Amino acid sequence: MVKGSLTMDQQVVSPETTTTRSVVEDPKITSGDVSVFYGAKQALFDVNLDIPRYAVTSLIGPSGCGKSTYLRCINRMNDTIPIARVTGEIKIDDQDIYDPDLDVVELRARVGMVFQKPNPFPKSIFENVAYGPRIHGLAKGKTDLEELVTTSLERAGLWDEVKDRINEPGTGLSGGQQQRLCIARAIATKPDIILMDEPCSALDPIATAKVEELMMELREKYTIVIVTHSMAQAQRVSQKTAFFHIGYMVEYGDTKQIFEDPQDKRTQDYIFGRFG
Amino acid sequence: MLSYLLLALLAVTIAAYFAGYSKARAFATGASDGSQHSLSGYHGAYVAAWAGIPSFLLVLLWLLFQGPVVDSLLVSSLPPDRVEGLDVGQLNLLVSEIKSVAKGNIFSEPDAVVLAAAERYNAWNAIANWAMVACALALAVGALFIARSKLAPRFRARNQVERITSALMIVCSLIAIFTTIGIVVSLLYETLRFFSMVSPLQFFFGLNWEPQIAMREDQVTSGGAFGAIPVYVGTLLIAFIAMLVATPIGLFSAVYLTEYASDGVRAVVKPLLEILAGIPTVVYGFFAVLTVAPAMRQFGELLGFSIAPNSALAAGAVMGIMLIPFISSLSDDALAAVPQSLRDGSYGLGATKGETITKVLLPAALPGIMGGILLAVSRAIGETMIVVMAAGIIAALTLNPFEPVTTVTVQIVTLLIGDTEFDNPKTLAAFALGLVLFLVTLCLNVIALSIVRKYREQYD
Amino acid sequence: MTDISQAQPSITHDWSSSTARRRVRRRYGADRRLQLYGLAAIGTAMALLGILFTSLIYAGYAAFTTTKVELGVFLDPEKIDKDNIRAANFRKIVRDAFFSYFPEVQNRTEKRNLSKILSSGADYIVRDYVVRNPDKIGELVKISVPVSDPFDQLYKGIIPREIDALSYDRIALYRQLESRGVLSVVDGVGVAKTTLFVDPAQVPEEGGVEAADFQRMIDEGFRSFFLAEPSRSFYEILSRNAAETLRNKVVADPSLVGKTIEINLPLSSNYDNLLQKGEAKIRNPRFRSDKEFAWFDSLIQRGLISTPFTWELFFNADSRFPELAGLAGALSGSFLALLVCFLLSFPIGIATATYLEEFAPKNRITDLIEVNINNLAAVPSVVFGLLGLALFLNTFGMPRSAPLVGGMVLALMTLPTIIVATRAALKSVPPSIREAALGVGASKHQVMLHHVLPLAMPGILTGTIIGLAQALGETAPLLLIGMNAFIPSVDNVGLTQPAMALPTQIFSWADSPERGFVSRTSAAILVLLGFLVLMNLLAVYLRRRFEKKW
Repeated sequence: MVKGSLTMDQQVVSPETTTTRSVVEDPKITSGDVSVFYGAKQALFDVNLDIPRYAVTSLIGPSGCGKSTYLRCINRMNDTIPIARVTGEIKIDDQDIYDPDLDVVELRARVGMVFQKPNPFPKSIFENVAYGPRIHGLAKGKTDLEELVTTSLERAGLWDEVKDRINEPGTGLSGGQQQRLCIARAIATKPDIILMDEPCSALDPIATAKVEELMMELREKYTIVIVTHSMAQAQRVSQKTAFFHIGYMVEYGDTKQIFEDPQDKRTQDYIFGRFG
Repeated sequence: MLSYLLLALLAVTIAAYFAGYSKARAFATGASDGSQHSLSGYHGAYVAAWAGIPSFLLVLLWLLFQGPVVDSLLVSSLPPDRVEGLDVGQLNLLVSEIKSVAKGNIFSEPDAVVLAAAERYNAWNAIANWAMVACALALAVGALFIARSKLAPRFRARNQVERITSALMIVCSLIAIFTTIGIVVSLLYETLRFFSMVSPLQFFFGLNWEPQIAMREDQVTSGGAFGAIPVYVGTLLIAFIAMLVATPIGLFSAVYLTEYASDGVRAVVKPLLEILAGIPTVVYGFFAVLTVAPAMRQFGELLGFSIAPNSALAAGAVMGIMLIPFISSLSDDALAAVPQSLRDGSYGLGATKGETITKVLLPAALPGIMGGILLAVSRAIGETMIVVMAAGIIAALTLNPFEPVTTVTVQIVTLLIGDTEFDNPKTLAAFALGLVLFLVTLCLNVIALSIVRKYREQYD
Repeated sequence: MTDISQAQPSITHDWSSSTARRRVRRRYGADRRLQLYGLAAIGTAMALLGILFTSLIYAGYAAFTTTKVELGVFLDPEKIDKDNIRAANFRKIVRDAFFSYFPEVQNRTEKRNLSKILSSGADYIVRDYVVRNPDKIGELVKISVPVSDPFDQLYKGIIPREIDALSYDRIALYRQLESRGVLSVVDGVGVAKTTLFVDPAQVPEEGGVEAADFQRMIDEGFRSFFLAEPSRSFYEILSRNAAETLRNKVVADPSLVGKTIEINLPLSSNYDNLLQKGEAKIRNPRFRSDKEFAWFDSLIQRGLISTPFTWELFFNADSRFPELAGLAGALSGSFLALLVCFLLSFPIGIATATYLEEFAPKNRITDLIEVNINNLAAVPSVVFGLLGLALFLNTFGMPRSAPLVGGMVLALMTLPTIIVATRAALKSVPPSIREAALGVGASKHQVMLHHVLPLAMPGILTGTIIGLAQALGETAPLLLIGMNAFIPSVDNVGLTQPAMALPTQIFSWADSPERGFVSRTSAAILVLLGFLVLMNLLAVYLRRRFEKKW
């Protein structure tokens, strides 16, 4: 008991300290003291995080640590929850995304999102990808739209598998294909950032490998932020990693460094499997 | 005229859509990609909304108020010596005579004043109609141009359109409130007018209900002809008989269906009960007249006593049949909401199914069942067609189920069928009864729903 | 009691003892009784449903055929002006054609009776035929026209030629006499052996025995047969000649005055028939003479009578004559009212439900809206009629009896149903779809319009159809706004024209005294129920066809 309370004390001593060893130059996304409240309950505490462009950044941490909450701040998906309130500042390319004048819809077009469970619309594969460009007016005419759908599907590595059944329902695809369809759908709105919320947790290993491969390709053109439960995945796909714990961003650095030489005690415990 | 105006407004609205759309297309092709905020369709919809909605509302309001305004103009334009000494009813009669002359229905030789007034009436209405057309079209076209001038590549047409849609949705949601207000205000207004002619004391406590006699001038407020006690008693008697039929059948059906019946039986019986619930009440009313009342009469003759053809028993029994599925489904819900753990506990003690039902399930589900029964009582009191067709019209103060009695709803319908004059206590009495009916059913519903809700929360 | 049992109370129960077994048996008995009550309740409900449908079908099936008689009508060009067909006297043309079947009937009264076999609408049917086929003028055409209601009912066997002459009460009186053994047949005449007192008080001083009030003596004596004071109907048992019989007897033997005598008094004809033939029948009062039966029988024999399907039930307007009355007016009125109801309640209901479910902040106003919606669902329908009468008709001056107003009132009643169904349907659309659409940058309105509402549409439509089915059967509010006007033509159909609705038509036919309207009403109900069944089947189909498991 005594020992237990000691370790507790050790943990409580430094909840607000954040260890950041790498300074990101010319970041795509900067966050300053981002806090999120659900009603009276605070879910995220003063997160400061600079995310580099054209790289994959992983957010890791145990369940309920706030990593998904932070992710959903970047495209203001938290706005859809009536009781959620976000304070602090998030900038994309030096533009404050919580600026009241900013149109959240345009933001979400620029910041694509892929969800935990593949959620294609119950429409045809073509319509799934074409929906975003249509509502944003990104394609001029039918041929333009078809081209955009094709390139998006190609970039998502799905084109060869579905080109013969482009008008069949997207819900008829396998789980991994569905998730790549969702990625194609996100790409189709010509975003610069893609957020992925545990994109492989509902997929089998082979499908996971394909999605990871895709992420590494997409990195060259997009800034990618991924929430993942799998530390192996974070190591495989990401250049930067941030560790979240009970609402705090505890440690942030190059992926290699976080996994091989974590500074914070809590990061060490998590990475080396002492809690989770 | 009106339909042409509405068609014209529709045309302007469609034109407005294309006006906005084409202007936006012009930016889209002229400007570089991505600089336009909203799709061209939203620009079109924005202009169309501004052109169509305000002008349509104007027409609606105009139509609502044109009649009363022209009427009051008409009354004030009549020569004073002609209106002097007329009471409200006579004045209304004069006005409706002028209107019918204005429409061209001349039955007898109308006098000069009426003819002149009819001409004025027609002229004013013509002016008002043309003014409405002019105003509405001007508003539509004007709004079209103002809205179109606002369009720009960075104009947030989508947000504006969505704001308008949200406003429309809020207005739609408020209709429920307006309906309730409309019910309460119209009932209350007519009831207060009724009470200015007949004392509320008589209405609530009088024992004699003879509204037809009261049409004679000298009897309007005399003799307690508007004492509604017999009407209330009749309503309660029929509702009581109905509940006497419906409660045991409905409750035992629900018990059997939830606890004993096999899936096959349930699959057959439940849809049949739903059919029973879906039959319109006018059909039940005819069933009472066609089959039930004659059958009861013959049965009574066999036993040697007479049952009136429109007895409370026949009407109440048929109403009971109507309520069976209602009680059954609400009891069904209440029994199904009792947690399985209570059943398990009882069976675990070695109780039989019957003991579990009577000693555990029914007491646990009692609040839910009571709520359902109260809702059914409220329905029985408010049910109209069965009693209009199968119960009596004469208000007799009796509790004998073999005699005809009348109900609140029967009186409302009988008093209001045919031509209605809103200055006659006979007509207004119906509204007073309607208010009582509304308030009583409202109370019953509120109590019943709160019981049911509390009961559900208890097991959620 | 022994010490042992007190010291060591048994902790197990002896389940095999006879008392325990009896107890268990009793408990199972109670269980079975409860089950039986349940079965009885369900059986009663099902039986009532069965009786309802059987009696409606039994009373209504006859109205689906019409008894028609074939007429050979010569469309005489001298009587029918080609350019003004409607001016011709079709009444005479039709009658002459009909009378030609019975050349022997010449008497004017008989001719009038004969013409009553035809429906009063026969003239118009022939007229409309000629208007449609003006080229047939100058030809002999065969046209079937309906017979009048009594003969229609007679041919279908709904009403008999003869009915019982005596009511149940009267036959009961007769049975009392019979049980006393006073009835007998003497010389072919049914008589009642009556003991009566030839009361001197009834013999006036002037005029003597001849002028005595013998009827009074008979009444006094005859009454003593019955235990309780019977109703006046017992006077009808004896023939009117009974007093004459008594008078003859007393005049022949004046010494009887002041004595109690026994005398056989003749029965009146109905009771005489009952005694001698075992039944007493009279001609059905709906027919004027037995000759009518003979004429009608001869029409049947000549094969002129047929019973085709009653298309008129769907294509005719309302009529005072049951054999002509149809539902066309009611169907068009109901259709228009439902159309208005749908056009109002469908968008408003969806907008309300969408706002409350997806957009509205949780506050007092939205709470108030919810309470109001729940409440409106339970307000008695007649109150909506009062609202329509006071607000729409009286305050806003909208036209009476119009489908527009009917539809508006029905829309207010249907709204809660649609709102509840829509909210349930919206709830069943999984949040992942919403997130996906939001994620690609759709606005909340676009998410609703492009994704959630289309996915919820089957559920919304199901609820709407059920709401409209309820509205179709709704009667009371339509009565109050006057949608029970008698409209004998379907030429003037419109949203603001006076109209009937199907249920109000049923109500007004049910109120009509003519016998033929009973089957017309039942048939109209079967039509209404048919529509309801169709609508519900459509709702079930939509639910089955588009139901998605997420």
